[in-house]
Amino acid sequence: MALNRREFLKISAGSGILLASDLSPSLASEPKSLPPEAVGILYDATLCIGCKSCMVNCKKYNSMPKGALEQEYGEIPYEYQSDLQIYDAPIDLSAKTLNIIKTYTNGTGLNKDQEIDGFSFVKQHCLHCVDPACVSVCPVAALFKNPVNGIVGYDKDKCIGCRYCQVACPFQIPKFEFESANPKIVKCQLCRHRYAEGKYAACCEFCPTGASIFGKVTELKAEAANRLAAQPGTEYAYPVKTVDSAEKSVRKVSGYVDHVYGLTEAGGTQYMLMSGVPFANLGFNPAINDQAYPDITWSYIKKVPVLIVALLTAGTVIHLKTKNRKEKSTKGESGQE
Amino acid sequence: MNCIGADQRPLSTGISRRNFLKVCTAAAVCLGLPESFGPKLAMAAEKAAQRPPVIWLSAQECTGCTETLLRATHPTLETLLLDLISLEYHETLNAGAGHQAEEFRKNSIAANAGKFILVVDGSIPVKDGGIYCKIAGRTALAILEETAPQAAAVIAIGSCASWGGVPSASPNPTGATPVHEILKGKNIAVVNIPGCPPNPYNFLSTVLYFLTFNKLPELDAKMRPKFAYGRLIHENCERRPHFDAGRFAERFGDEGHRQGYCLYKLGCKGPETFNNCPTLLFGDVGSGAWPVGIGHPCFGCSEQGVGFELPLHSPARPLYITPPTQFSPATPAPGQGGSKLAAAIGGAAIGAGAVAAGRYLGNKDNEGE
Repeated sequence: MALNRREFLKISAGSGILLASDLSPSLASEPKSLPPEAVGILYDATLCIGCKSCMVNCKKYNSMPKGALEQEYGEIPYEYQSDLQIYDAPIDLSAKTLNIIKTYTNGTGLNKDQEIDGFSFVKQHCLHCVDPACVSVCPVAALFKNPVNGIVGYDKDKCIGCRYCQVACPFQIPKFEFESANPKIVKCQLCRHRYAEGKYAACCEFCPTGASIFGKVTELKAEAANRLAAQPGTEYAYPVKTVDSAEKSVRKVSGYVDHVYGLTEAGGTQYMLMSGVPFANLGFNPAINDQAYPDITWSYIKKVPVLIVALLTAGTVIHLKTKNRKEKSTKGESGQE
Repeated sequence: MNCIGADQRPLSTGISRRNFLKVCTAAAVCLGLPESFGPKLAMAAEKAAQRPPVIWLSAQECTGCTETLLRATHPTLETLLLDLISLEYHETLNAGAGHQAEEFRKNSIAANAGKFILVVDGSIPVKDGGIYCKIAGRTALAILEETAPQAAAVIAIGSCASWGGVPSASPNPTGATPVHEILKGKNIAVVNIPGCPPNPYNFLSTVLYFLTFNKLPELDAKMRPKFAYGRLIHENCERRPHFDAGRFAERFGDEGHRQGYCLYKLGCKGPETFNNCPTLLFGDVGSGAWPVGIGHPCFGCSEQGVGFELPLHSPARPLYITPPTQFSPATPAPGQGGSKLAAAIGGAAIGAGAVAAGRYLGNKDNEGE
């Protein structure tokens, strides 16, 4: 390509200005706000007794028609197959397990909800971000955020199995059907298939202690604030199953870390957690800050169309400026002959 | 009691040696002692110059604790009463009555002072001077305070005597008080055998332990023998695997209930009740016969603040959550770094790659030439 030094410098400077401009987060994408009827879950690790009822019923009710784990022949996808199918003990989230109870232990591990010589349970599943990274990277819009209730769902028929969402999710939630010949992504969809029949998330419906409660995110936030404000040692009537439930479980407040996980993390989530031990111990990456993940790349991504247009224009200009040179030089050469 | 065969030499009291040893071995096993301790217990019971005198006082009680003792078959009642202990006074089992019985009690206490075992069932009313329970015109409180200092040991049998039980349920109109609180500060050894009723073997084992070793078995903070009340019902429960697998009966008669799943959601108090029901079962009724075994949640009858205080079917507050070895760690353990072998293999691979690449490039260069 023949290009004189002057033209080259001009183009370089132009591209540089273009790339260097507008990189401040102030011009990030429109901050996504919580949908008006957003629903979610509040998990209180101090109430959890590790009974795994949520795990078992998650699997059972998501294996039903339209559930996230729906299988051919309506079978429940056991992690460990045996003839009796009596015991299922998954070690992590997988394409067969949308929800799992894990533990933090330290030292003697005798004292519940204490960081030193104690232990705590934690319930892992999709946090249903207000501004989900998985949705922003999905090239075929198989993952979507419901504009009304805010549930991050997916359409199995659209999924092409590219696994971008697995890479994008800071919580490592979407799982891939590695065992399938036609693999898709699997994740918690907050039991959206059960709302039509007036039901809600199975993990909350079958939680005996009120450790997991379902409800509108605004109400869950208010409930969480009340719990944080309660003095440790005083009795508190914890609602069971749903945040507005009449069924209460009266327990002594055992003291919380002064934070509700998910209020601000990753731009806010609709699954929020409370705990007696710091959240970094419960498997949450401390590097996750309050910025919504799609915002991190947005300042670059949004320039892509501009850049393409600019490059095309610049290329055209260069082409126009330089296309006659060969002809000229050919003419000159022929003239010399 | 079994018939004594002609070839078996009966002891003076009419029990065959074989049966006697059987009883003592069963008691030893119940205590958590090796089977070989059975003969030791037997020797201790035999050696006693006389059978150990036992005086049984009843206060605000329902006779359930007596009933459970009468229904034990290892040993049977007559073996217990005629061969193992000398029951000097027991209002339900007294042969005599009225002044005759009271007279015998007084004489027995005087004769066996410092040697007899005092068993108390029922809580002691203290309100209004204890007038709500009187025996032979005297309050239970006065009788206990008079008798206890002369006993070798005091065994409070049943939840009422151990921590108040039914009579102490709110609003506790009679001021029902457990035995150990009345005897507090008097330097009297008290053992609590709570339960409604307690397993007779827990009682019998405590008695035999005392006879054999001349001391009380190891007690916990609530003065219960550790061999019987050392573990939560939840820890040894036959339905525990269902709890660990997250399978629960949601309501009576549902599929899970019929499958024998965990009864936690029906209000089982096993996770906050200390007792050995799952291993010893209830009374001597038979295989699987204890509340959880027949499909009803544990009521927590032996635990203070649980039985008779919490609603029957309210969910329990698990005291301990078994060390969670069966759960995945929330934060995976950090790696230990590569081993030397792995480093060597990796290094070898890089070296081999470099050599191969060098040769390839070298060949190319040669070709170019």
